[in-house]
Amino acid sequence: MLTPEPQKGNAELVIEVQDLVAHYGRHKVLDGINLTVRAGEIHIIMGGSGSGKSTLLRHLLGLRRLTSGRISLLGQEIEGIHRQALLELRKQIGVSFQGGALLSSMTVGENVTLPLREHTRLDESTMAIMARMKLEVVKLGGFEHFMPAQLSGGMTKRAALARAIVMDPKLLFFDEPSAGLDPVVSAELDELILRLRDAMHMSIVVVTHELESAFRIADRITVLDGGKILISDTVDKVRSSSNSRVQDLLNRRPREEELDADAYLARLTGE
Amino acid sequence: MAEARLGWVEQLGKRTLGLIAEVGYLSALLVESLYWLVAGSFKRQPVRVSAVFSEMMRTGVSAIPIVFLLSFSIGIMLAIQGIHTLRTFGAESQVVIGIALSITREFGPLITGIVVAGRTGSALAARIGTMVVSEEIDALRVMGIQPVRYLVSPVLLAMLVMLPALTVMADFAGLLGGAVYSAMDLGISYAAYADRVISVLKTGDIFQGLSKSCVFATVITLIGVANGFTVTGGAEGVGRATTRSVVLAISGIVIADMVFTWFLNR
Repeated sequence: MLTPEPQKGNAELVIEVQDLVAHYGRHKVLDGINLTVRAGEIHIIMGGSGSGKSTLLRHLLGLRRLTSGRISLLGQEIEGIHRQALLELRKQIGVSFQGGALLSSMTVGENVTLPLREHTRLDESTMAIMARMKLEVVKLGGFEHFMPAQLSGGMTKRAALARAIVMDPKLLFFDEPSAGLDPVVSAELDELILRLRDAMHMSIVVVTHELESAFRIADRITVLDGGKILISDTVDKVRSSSNSRVQDLLNRRPREEELDADAYLARLTGE
Repeated sequence: MAEARLGWVEQLGKRTLGLIAEVGYLSALLVESLYWLVAGSFKRQPVRVSAVFSEMMRTGVSAIPIVFLLSFSIGIMLAIQGIHTLRTFGAESQVVIGIALSITREFGPLITGIVVAGRTGSALAARIGTMVVSEEIDALRVMGIQPVRYLVSPVLLAMLVMLPALTVMADFAGLLGGAVYSAMDLGISYAAYADRVISVLKTGDIFQGLSKSCVFATVITLIGVANGFTVTGGAEGVGRATTRSVVLAISGIVIADMVFTWFLNR
């Protein structure tokens, strides 16, 4: 594993992960993860299926208990955090889930206003205006009365993004923005992510397995494989990495499994 | 042989532990739902009144026709059976006592509970299970919205209001069913029937039924919600959870009824 680049200057860290270890039952899914995300950067967490990237995201969001290690978001330790403090922290974080996770019983507009309704005392008309503003940002103006089931895949992701940014979060998480979308819609979403960072000065963490999209928008990339970080560095350094596994992933070369005849036989016979 | 026996013992132990864990989870859910109902406003995270009302419509008001129909039928059935049995002793006019007591103390709350378990218990498991599968519950959490406060507390409150209300209606419908059949078979006038019912029933009989219905409301809500929250395995898992919640809720109601009746009548 290549060690992460030492911190430059006084760049504020919005995410700090140290020696994170996580298990699913007895199976170790994350092993010794060290990761930093700086304020104002777009950080891509990349890896194939089963690399542990979704698990890492769930840990960063405080949705799973860690086995050991520590995670701090916006300067706050996640483990053992008080309920009220976690609530305050979550008001500063936006998350766009892979499938959108819009509440299906509500219209798009109601979904987008939900965080405002729960966490602020704004009146209805102000909330409606704010929701429309955010829907305009994601180019969904006029769709506030639609139900989530009436939206296409790309529109659902954009609506979820509008809900994620409605509280003007400092930190935005985006899970698989390109999954299941055609290249044009996917490129539009990439543009949107770049605009959000520039216009709203958000720090953005994107979890993806799409190489093209990753290189288009990333400031820094973390590559996960088998629950470990292969490299966490700038785009250029990741590209020129000498690590063969990183190069395999970048060039979409399948991993060649070394076949041990005895082990193979044991696996087949179930012994 | 020893191995097989150990397997059986292990199975028993595993199931017992599972049961204890589930009861523990249900209790934790209950405490948390009540906590938000009481303390939500102070924490500036109130349980929304509008959500409670829409749940009341969904769980209570729309169940009125079916609860009425079934209770009315049960009333008629009790009258038929009662008259048939009492005729042996030539005491068929006493059937009103049997109908009045068994409807208010037992059948009213039980029928209401079973109908609502079938409608609301399954709907809760399906709704929350689908939300788990589509990451909506996670989305609520990361938005800083407690899923229990947002989804469970309103239902619990709505059920605690609507199940007793439905039970009162079921009592009336059952008594009416009994009255209709008694009038037809024995020629007892509605006024005489009503007089008899009023003289027989004590407040305690009605309250016994109503307090049971509050227990049923809690059991149905918690079992539906818990099965929804613990869904794994996509759409198929949601289907399994829905079935399981109906079966468990109805079993829970009947067993709770037995325990409750035993304690109340000692």
